[in-house]
Amino acid sequence: MINAVGRDIPEKVLKDLNMKPFAGTYARNGEEYTKAAPKVRAWMDPKESKMVESIADVVKKCNIKDGMTISFHHHFREGDYIVNMVMEEIHKLGVKDLTICASSLGKAHNPIVPMIEDGTITNIQSSGVRGQIGEAISTGKLKGYAIMRSHGGRVRAIESGDVHIDVAFIGAPTCDCYGNMRAVGGKSDCGVLSYAYVDAQYADKVVAITDTLVPYPNIPASISQVNVDYVVVVDEIGNPAKIATGAAKPTTDVRKIMMAEYCTQFVINTPYFKDGFSYQTGVGGASIASTISLGKIMKERGIKMGLGLGGIAGPMCELLEQGLIEKIVDTQDFDLKAIESISTNPNHIEITGSEYANPMNKGAYVNQLDFVILASLEVDTHFNCNVVVDSNGMVTGAQGGHPDTAAGAKCTIVIAPLLQGRTPAICTDVTTVTTPGETVDVVITDYGVAVNPARPDLLECAKAAKLPLKTIEELRDMAYAITGEPEPIKFGDRVVGVIEARDGTIIDVVRQIKDYEWD
Amino acid sequence: MDVIKSSVAGTLESSDAQVTVEPGSGALELNIESSVINQFGRQIRATVMETLDRLDVKNAKVTIVDKGALSCTLKARVEGAVFRASGYTEDDICAGKKLPWGGAIR
Repeated sequence: MINAVGRDIPEKVLKDLNMKPFAGTYARNGEEYTKAAPKVRAWMDPKESKMVESIADVVKKCNIKDGMTISFHHHFREGDYIVNMVMEEIHKLGVKDLTICASSLGKAHNPIVPMIEDGTITNIQSSGVRGQIGEAISTGKLKGYAIMRSHGGRVRAIESGDVHIDVAFIGAPTCDCYGNMRAVGGKSDCGVLSYAYVDAQYADKVVAITDTLVPYPNIPASISQVNVDYVVVVDEIGNPAKIATGAAKPTTDVRKIMMAEYCTQFVINTPYFKDGFSYQTGVGGASIASTISLGKIMKERGIKMGLGLGGIAGPMCELLEQGLIEKIVDTQDFDLKAIESISTNPNHIEITGSEYANPMNKGAYVNQLDFVILASLEVDTHFNCNVVVDSNGMVTGAQGGHPDTAAGAKCTIVIAPLLQGRTPAICTDVTTVTTPGETVDVVITDYGVAVNPARPDLLECAKAAKLPLKTIEELRDMAYAITGEPEPIKFGDRVVGVIEARDGTIIDVVRQIKDYEWD
Repeated sequence: MDVIKSSVAGTLESSDAQVTVEPGSGALELNIESSVINQFGRQIRATVMETLDRLDVKNAKVTIVDKGALSCTLKARVEGAVFRASGYTEDDICAGKKLPWGGAIR
């Protein structure tokens, strides 16, 4: 069946997963539903301890069986030890057909690939995957489906009961003996535990794993004792150097600085750039450069940001310290500066993944965004973006908050260099749709700026900013003139993954890759 | 152009291609490996074949390890490797045996 972004979703996939094809970004607006609920085991006896000796013991206590769903969070990013430690013990139990429901998975988790190959793990639900897990999915080693969800979409899926988590394992930089978890004050701080909050609320069993047990009570807690069954202390929950890098250095790449300058000029020429505006940006070189150049103009004109949202990096915290931002509202920290800021600055506040981006609660923060600045592997002539599958067809990225913020913001700006090596970033059709073009307003490249024809108002702003305007087709033609027109990728027939739209429908599928055939 | 010895041109850096040319065994043998093979495999092959044809290389083993080079880069690397393999030396150039710029080399 052809969905609202023109992608053919096979009937078998719709049937297997009991899902519907994507019908438009706001198609489920106003729909009523009843939330799911976890099974809770009462802890009435005050003499009972939640402390468990080891991960090996706790996986037995949780009674993990074939077919269960196990969840993890990704705030430790590429420095995470939790997933591998826990899965190694679960693997020893010999259970099969597990579903991993993680807020994201990365290269740090390559060691679970043999568990995909031997059938311990048969389904993966994640924002995305990188490294060898991506290769395992794309080459058909995962027996079930990989479901890629946005950060908001994952919360929606859990709260609505599309997925039920049997056991959640939550790595916590600090924890007390009764399960109060915080993301600061330990050896492996990650700043916030935003994406793990929903796991704690909706999983039947919740296990806190920490390397820094602190005196009771560990408050204010990101995740409260009322949702936690067991506490395990291990030597190390992660590698601090890979959890948070030092301060991101401003880029010296002139291409990125030029795109950042286009972005800033555009932003300040829109009617949304006024005192109290709200803004989210990423951690790419161009995004950080545009945050810095925007800060200068805010200072000159005496305009303050009311809300800085999202994954947070140092440059945003510097604007907060300079009094140019009223509140930073945070779901993930990318560097040491951001972690330090949230632990010391009262105007830098942690929120849950649901508050951030869940499309089907009673209103998420993303809906209040004026601007979001995003990157993309590919953007096509329909303004659709792809951030999960590379141009060779391999799963190698994550949705993150891309579709959530794009759907929420009044003005969604995507910055992409026209070429990534020989691969054109602006193309006729993206390999896989993750963010629908109807939510993408402006595309900034090093060869010119294109405005979505659905936004003539923003076209006028771009003209006022004297930007080098091009149509999206012109940008594509410029790219193809340099690289040659790419051949369409030939996939195998089997669908190995689905890209779930934030409302739980299927926006695209990922097919098994096959070896290149010359003729 | 006769390939009389083995030669290499180019690097394995992103957006470059490493081209190896070796004496052939009576025919042209071409091997292509590329980070963008799914999108550009045929175009890479066409560019390489066209360049070899222009240089009149008929008997060689040519290996391309491409890291997303544009066609102009690929051509230059193939030309470089072939001329090195043909025994052209700096002394030849000093002696007035010029490389055919604007002719076979474009």
